[in-house]
Amino acid sequence: MAWAIEPGCGAVVTFCGTVRDHSDGREGVTELEYQAYMEQVEPRLSAVAKAARDHWPELARLALLHRVGRLKVGEISVVVAASTPHRGEAFDAARFCIDTLKHSVPIWKRETWADGSDWALCAHDMIDVPGGDEDVDHPNGYDASIAMGR
Amino acid sequence: VSLPRLRLFGPAAEAAGTPHEEIPGTNVEEVIEAARGRFGREFSAIVKTCRIWVNGDCADLHTPVNESDEVALLPPVSGG
Repeated sequence: MAWAIEPGCGAVVTFCGTVRDHSDGREGVTELEYQAYMEQVEPRLSAVAKAARDHWPELARLALLHRVGRLKVGEISVVVAASTPHRGEAFDAARFCIDTLKHSVPIWKRETWADGSDWALCAHDMIDVPGGDEDVDHPNGYDASIAMGR
Repeated sequence: VSLPRLRLFGPAAEAAGTPHEEIPGTNVEEVIEAARGRFGREFSAIVKTCRIWVNGDCADLHTPVNESDEVALLPPVSGG
């Protein structure tokens, strides 16, 4: 949180995605296991961050993180943090980042629930990051990374 | 013989029984056809839902590949 606070900014929005105890038709979810195309996660997260910066140039700090491995109910699986001078852009940029991340980053989750274990049913056909270009450098305050579960 | 590396994820890896395999082929279509023959019907059904990348970039069935290339099959994603 301290990392995201900037003197020129009046807003920090953080989004945390947490492991839920149910999904469509699956009650009593106890655990998720995230698998990723590890080498390609950071480039794709970077592309999401780049697209957000292109759309909201007033973004100061921007971080996208996703965990992999096994996570229990209530644990945080994904974080987006964005700081901007005014709150509207921080909310909009954070929303864009989590929505785009869910459709464009090569990560898959397997659910374990009361009656079994299988890949999530709520999967999305992959999209390319709108306007994204993962080969561009990010000069100011940008971060995108993947963190190992546990 | 060209043996590109095939990377599989999520349900595609589970259906194939492996996350990676070297599969012969000189373009994406040949690699996928050889993989379908090797891994069977459940895998073949999942392949139809997958995006194809070569070395991290979007590719199609006609994209040429050689032994230094990595072909990835990406089922619908569920991160977040």
